[in-house]
Parts: sequence; structure tokens; C-alpha cells
Amino acid sequence: MQKIEKLLQKRAAELLAEGTVERVLAWHAGEFFYDNAPAAVSSADECDKLVYNEFCPANLCKYLIETSHAGKKTAVFLKPCDTYGVNQLLKDNRIKRELVYAIGTPCSGMLDIKKIKAAGAKGIISVSVDGDEVVVNTAYGEKRLAKADVLLNKCLMCKGAAYKIADEELAEPLPVPQFTGDKFAKVKEIEAMSAEERFAFWQSELSKCIRCNACRDICPACSCEQCIFDKPDTPVAGKAYADEVEEQMYHIIRAFHVAGRCTGCGECARVCPQGIHLELLNMKFMKDINSFFGQYQAGADSETPAPQVSFKQNDPEANSAVEGREQHV
Amino acid sequence: MYKIAKDNLPKLYVALQNIGTLLLPCKNKSGHADFAPYREDAEIALDAPLTNRSAKDVFFPQVENLLTFKTSGKELALEQNVPPVGVTIVMGVRACDARSFKILDKVFLKAPVDTYYKTRREQCVLIGLGCSAPEETCFCHAFGIDAGAPETDVQTWLAGEELCWQAVTANGEELTAKLVDGGVLVEAAADAAAAVSEQQEHTQKILSVLPLHDFKVNDELTKDELKVFHSKIWEQLAAGCLSCCTCTYVCPTCHCYDIRDYQETEERTQRYRCWDSCMAKDFTLMAHGSPRKTKVERFRQRYMHKLVYFPENNEGEYACVGCGRCLQKCPVQLNIVKVAKALEKAEVKQDV
Amino acid sequence: MCNCQDTLIPQIGVVTDICTETADVKTFRVEKIGGGKLFEHLPGQCAILSVPGKGEAIFSITSSPTNEKYMEFSIKRCGSITNFLHFDIEPGQQIAGRGPYGNHFPVEDKLKGKDLLFIAGGIGLAPLRSVINYMLDKRDDYGSIDVVYGARSKEDFVRYDELTNVWPSQKDTRVHLTIDRAQEGWSGNVGFVPNFLKDLKFTPDKTVLLCGPPIMIKLCLAALIEMGFEKKQVYTTLELRMKCGVGKCGRCNIGKKYVCKDGPVFTCDELDEMPDEY
Repeated sequence: MQKIEKLLQKRAAELLAEGTVERVLAWHAGEFFYDNAPAAVSSADECDKLVYNEFCPANLCKYLIETSHAGKKTAVFLKPCDTYGVNQLLKDNRIKRELVYAIGTPCSGMLDIKKIKAAGAKGIISVSVDGDEVVVNTAYGEKRLAKADVLLNKCLMCKGAAYKIADEELAEPLPVPQFTGDKFAKVKEIEAMSAEERFAFWQSELSKCIRCNACRDICPACSCEQCIFDKPDTPVAGKAYADEVEEQMYHIIRAFHVAGRCTGCGECARVCPQGIHLELLNMKFMKDINSFFGQYQAGADSETPAPQVSFKQNDPEANSAVEGREQHV
Repeated sequence: MYKIAKDNLPKLYVALQNIGTLLLPCKNKSGHADFAPYREDAEIALDAPLTNRSAKDVFFPQVENLLTFKTSGKELALEQNVPPVGVTIVMGVRACDARSFKILDKVFLKAPVDTYYKTRREQCVLIGLGCSAPEETCFCHAFGIDAGAPETDVQTWLAGEELCWQAVTANGEELTAKLVDGGVLVEAAADAAAAVSEQQEHTQKILSVLPLHDFKVNDELTKDELKVFHSKIWEQLAAGCLSCCTCTYVCPTCHCYDIRDYQETEERTQRYRCWDSCMAKDFTLMAHGSPRKTKVERFRQRYMHKLVYFPENNEGEYACVGCGRCLQKCPVQLNIVKVAKALEKAEVKQDV
Repeated sequence: MCNCQDTLIPQIGVVTDICTETADVKTFRVEKIGGGKLFEHLPGQCAILSVPGKGEAIFSITSSPTNEKYMEFSIKRCGSITNFLHFDIEPGQQIAGRGPYGNHFPVEDKLKGKDLLFIAGGIGLAPLRSVINYMLDKRDDYGSIDVVYGARSKEDFVRYDELTNVWPSQKDTRVHLTIDRAQEGWSGNVGFVPNFLKDLKFTPDKTVLLCGPPIMIKLCLAALIEMGFEKKQVYTTLELRMKCGVGKCGRCNIGKKYVCKDGPVFTCDELDEMPDEY
């Protein structure tokens, strides 16, 4: 990965020096190797501070909206899964294609610091990757963990190494985590519950919510100029809940709003400070959309309209859709 | 010094619960430790290194009804809601959080006194727990806080198979006397004090090898408010911020609040106070616009307040205790350490 | 345990009179139930009025403290609470109020004996009116008074009767009015306040109290400096969203100051030392 980091720094500097772009979106190092933060640089001499390693999970495409508004051509380093988000933003007319310079950046799976800590690593001084192992140097001694055990949940369901949109590729692709299972397995488990059990499950999950809105803020499909939940005079602004229903409704409403446009990038669940399994709601919608309207992957390209925003003669009628669903239960 | 065997801790909890409402770190639904009222079937996590949030909501609840309005026609009556009477005991308070309460005191107990906060604060007894296994995100030492000696009414340490207990304040002595009389706490052996010192030394040793061991906020930053305010570095620092307000939510010293009305029925309205965040878009929004329209301005306000304005008004004390929650929780890994270091580099050392 | 009334708890008062000043400004008279004022205050201070269900908002008290019978608020309608006050209440309506909040114009010390120049734009007259009437009630403690007041049109002047009949008849007190654009039936000055100021050729030995829309304050200050005034002799009052009124909730925090507590009255050189977030 260090080779790729060097390539990233070099390429970013070149693009800025040539004037091909005015801004570059990448990452800056933190204090601990695992806390890289999304960063924007606008001059070539700042590029030696950019980093890229196994702790760059953020999907940077959401920041393109800001730069698009400002009219600045921006280069953005995108992992394969991030590229789906860019296509989605293009389809939603949130960014202008000519202002985006997409650079496909190889990824072999990003690591989850929460899993590393849960495996007992505390007082972390540094983290490095040695082949298939993650070596954690802590104040209490060294800890070695299998990389496969500490990958981010979203990386466990990797959609593959192909970039869905890229103006260039930074380097040869890396081997991505192989996923051979059924990505809807957990969804099916919940579908198999009785209505009461399902209600209790979701009530319990969603009641952890503190309405930080991080899930919405990081989601590439959530890009409304004025979010309905931001209106300060309405009770749904969520400053102080009168009852838990508001928190729960927030997630269900948001899932409906992004249905058909969610690319499954997994960022919402990753950023949630309370560890809510938000991805399950969105995956349920994806599964339903697949069965009602045919297999569909949001963000796979920037042309195909989403099932929710297009009408075909053979779209199921509302009644038949519901009846059809009964069979899944 | 007193002690109780670790295995007998449930007895201590029950005894404390009989004296007042006991709050201590318990595992919540997400598996994180958070302060919760003691229940026999709770999954107690006393030695969890850091709770999700500090216990600030004991004195400054997330939502608190201030008063109730009753309207009938053109007439209006109101009834102040008073905080409940009764002792609250918070156990397992870390040194960082203990200091954060003193910082909140400087806000809420400054004239005019916030009686809601004061009532709750006076009725609370704090039992601190010395840290034995600091994390890399801890930097309380940057603010002169001793992780092994929380500034609480009672100090405790989990050393070996025992919980060692030392009263510090008059309230702490009073509580201790009750527990000793009840046979819950016994006199500790002579070597207990040594065991505690050993733990405290070990803690400092661990802190000294962790990445943030030499981090300190440069106090030059408080000397020229406008220079730091106009620093060109803010744009870059705030670039990744999502304005999600998670940092505000978990920060022990954040205290901004909103006052809102909740109309229950046509005749009854509750006026409540709730936590708010200066990072929120509508925080300074007025009918004709907002003085802080952009994310960068709001981001700057939060950190300027913690690192510059608060110290300017409070003899150099920063509105940060180095608990490290913002380092752990920010979805995009922004935090006060990064900001303080970047500001120092740009404005004090002039090395951009 | 403290049983005292917390500063966040308002008192119940009653609106005894509502006077329509302009298309979007009304003056509300608020008294204690049974007569008298809800609380004492000094010129420049504010009160937080509230309507149950809608919330609270801070307003400058426009009546002088020397008025012992009632407090007045000249309120421009622009948001949910002000719209409610304008459209949904009638005299006799009880409302809640708390205060006084903020610092005040230094009428007891620094302003005594001085020649004063009041400059107001639109609703900006409201806080200054409190000072002017206070000084007129204690006329001999203060020097000359000049009031320069600009509004969009003749119909937008607040307290027109007072401006044209009451104040000019006081000892050594002059009122200079101007409107933005020429209008039939108006024979007075036409033009923006900053230019009008220059035309009036005031000498820089006066102490200035300035209040109005931010752009007007900026331009008037520039004009005053051109005329030889120094920033430290120009007082202004800031308008910002305030909630608690006591410097705790953080909303009005600018630099190390809290506008609700250390302000809203500041001299213009004090403002230079603060970040310009207002």
C-alpha cells in the first residue's frame, strides 16, 4: 500500500501543478495511523502530506457536491465501491461530470479499528499490515490479528475490484476480499421473524439512535439541498425527542427516500456512533426492488434510471407487489 | 483507606442504592458502556475504560422540562418544574470526566446561577475510579489531570482482587461512614496504599509511551484571538467535517442548549431545555439570516470556544479534558488534537 | 436545595395596548397583571418575551425606564413568534416575559453631560428611543440631542407622532428625518442616512449612538470617521439570536463575549476586537 500512497501523492501533485484540476480530495494522516481524515488540497506542495493505507474507509464522493457548487474541477481518489456513489450523484444531478476527475484507487479491503480494539488491542501505538496479518504495537505488547477477521463489515461484501467510473486508474488492481455468500442472508433472517419479533428487533436497534444525522451526512444518495429533517421549526428536527418513535421514523423515512438510489456502500453503518445496523434496512429495500423490478444495482453506471424514477409497462401493480411479498415472509 | 473485595461489589451497589439513586457504567444495547441507573440484572462494566458519554447528564440532562404553561382563553399561568429531591451517586467517574464537571460549574454556577444544575449538582456524590489502562486516545495529562487520581468526593481503584476506597471531601467522608457502619467497606491492609501507588505509576508509564504523551495545547493561542480566528488553516481543517454533531453529543464539556416549547394540548405547553450544538446549521439562525452560514465558520466557532474564548474568560483553563471521545467517535476522524496541533503549527510556529 | 425562581422562568404579564406603527411594526405595551412594570431596567436592555407553544425571543425595551406604568416593545414581524404577536393576539392577552438582560447604554456615567447624536434606521430606533426618552426626562443631565432617523418611506417611521411633535419641542433637541426615495407629501430630506449625516455636518465632539441594519451601521460608521469621529465615541447595539439571556446557552457567543450579557451595547472600537460574526 505504501507504493500506492506514493503514486497517489505524485499524481495529485501533477494534476494540480498542470492545472488539470483545482482541488484534490484524498486523506490526511492522523495521530495513530488508523485515524486518517478526508482532506482537500489545492496546491501541489501540499500533496506530500496525503496518505493512503488500509484505514481510508471514507467514501469521498459526497464532498464533490460542495466543489461542484463552487465550480472547481476536483480530482477524487475513489476505491471501487466509492465509484458507485459518483454515478449516483451524477444521475441525481448533484455534480457536474466535467468538474469531476475520478481516479480509480486500488483497495484490498479496509480495516475496522473497532474490531481491532474488540479483539483486545488497547493503548495502540502503531498499526501495520504484514501480508495477511495486522500487526498492532500497543503499550501492553504486540498483537497480531488475521486481516480477514478485522475487515470492515462493508468490505466483507465487496462488490469487486471494477471501477464503475474512472478517468484513470492509479495502479494495478489489488485482490479484493472474496464474497461468495448471499448478501441478503441477514435480511432473510429478519424476514423470517414473526411480525412481533421483527418489530421488537427494529425497535431495539433504532432506539439506540442519538440523531447525530451522520448517516445522512455521509450518504451519497442523501443530497437534498434542504433536508426535511433540517427544518428547525418542525418537531422532526430531533433536538429533543418527545418519544422514541421519532428516531425510528427518521431511519425508516430516510431508507424510503434513498430506496433505489442506495449503492450499498456501507458508509451509513460504518459512521454510526451507536453501531446501529442501518445497512439492513437499505438492503431490505434493495432485495424488494430486485424482486419487484428486476435485478438492479444503483450506481453501476450513470445512465440507467432507477426503478423508482422510471415507469415500465410491466411494473407490478401495488396489490400484486404486496401479495408477492407475502410469499417472501 | 478502605476496601471491598471485587466479588463483593454487588453488596456495595445495593448499599449505595439504598442511600441514593446509583448510576454506574453499564453495557447498553450497542455493547458500549454508558452511565445507567443500577439494576440487579444490568451488565455492569465498571472497568470499561471510557463510557460513551460522561455523566454530565446527571446535572445537565439532555432534555429537561423547565416549566409548564397553562392557557385558558387570554389567561396564562405557569408552574416551574423543579428538579427532583434526592441524592444521586455516580460511581466509576474517570479523572477526565471529574474535571469536566468543574468546567461545567464555571458556566452554570456563574451568576446568575442555573438553579436546575445547582440543585442536581449539590445532591450528587461522585465516586471516581482511577485509570489503570489508558487508551491511545487519552490525553488528560495535557490539562494537568492525573488519570490515577480523579477529583471526586471519593476515589477508588481496582487493584488486584479489591476495590480500594478513599474519601476526599466532606460528602465523601459522610458516604464512607455510612458504608463502614454498614459493614460494606472494611479497613484496607497496610499495603493497599502501596498497591494503589504502583497502579498510578504504571498508568503514567503507559501514558508516556502512547502517541499523545507529549501533546499540550500551546497557550500562545489564547493570546491573540483575532489572529487565530483569521487563520487560513480553518478551511482545510473543516473540509471533511459532516456537521453531524456527534462530537458535541459525546463531549463532557460541551454545554450549549436550546429552549423550546412543546405544545401538549391547546391548554398545556411544556417549555423544555435540550442539548444543542454550535455546529448545527440553525444554531445562530435568525429570521433574517445567520452570522455563521458555512460549515467552516461553525467548525471554527466550536474549537475557538474550547481553545481560546473559554480560556480567555476562565484564567487559561481550556474547555477540554482530554477524554479522547471525539477522537474515538468522529465519523471522519476530526478532533481537538488535530485542530490544536494544526493551529499551533500555522499561527504560533508559522510553519504551514 | 434552591427554591428560588430560576432566571429562565418568566413572569406572567398582560398586553394592554397594541399600536400599529407601520406595515410591519407594532408597538406592544406590556404590564404586570394589575398594573405596573414586570421589572425595572436601564436603557438599552432587553427582555425575552414568550408565547406558549411558539417559544421565546429577545426584544429591546423601547420605553424609557422612567416610565413607571408600563414597558413597550416595538416589534417588527419577521418570524414565527413575531408573526404570532402581530396577527394572533389582542389587548388583554397574557404573555410571559423575563429580564432585564444585557448591558445598557452608560447613561449614568459616560454619557452624562455629553452632546449626543442618535442615528437610527428603520426599526433600529426601538432601543435608542429608550435612551432618548430617558434623557429627555432627565434633560439637564445631558447636553444637546440630535436624532437622525431614516426609513424606507414616510409610512415606515416608528412613533411618528413622537418624532415630529414631542421631541422637537424639547430643550436643545432636534430631529432630522430622511426617507430613501422621494414621495408625494414629503417635503423633508430624501436620501440614505450616511449621506444625510455628511450633509448635516455634525462636529466630532458628539457621542454617537447608532442602531439599524448592519449595512447602514457599516456605512454610517465610515461616514462618521470621515467626519472626524473616533470609533470609541460611537456606541451601537447588536442584534443576534439569543436564547437564555444569561451567557450560558452559547448561542450569542462571539469571541470571548456573550452578546446577551456583555452586550448588546458595544462601542465600535470594542467591536473591532471581536470576530466579525454578527
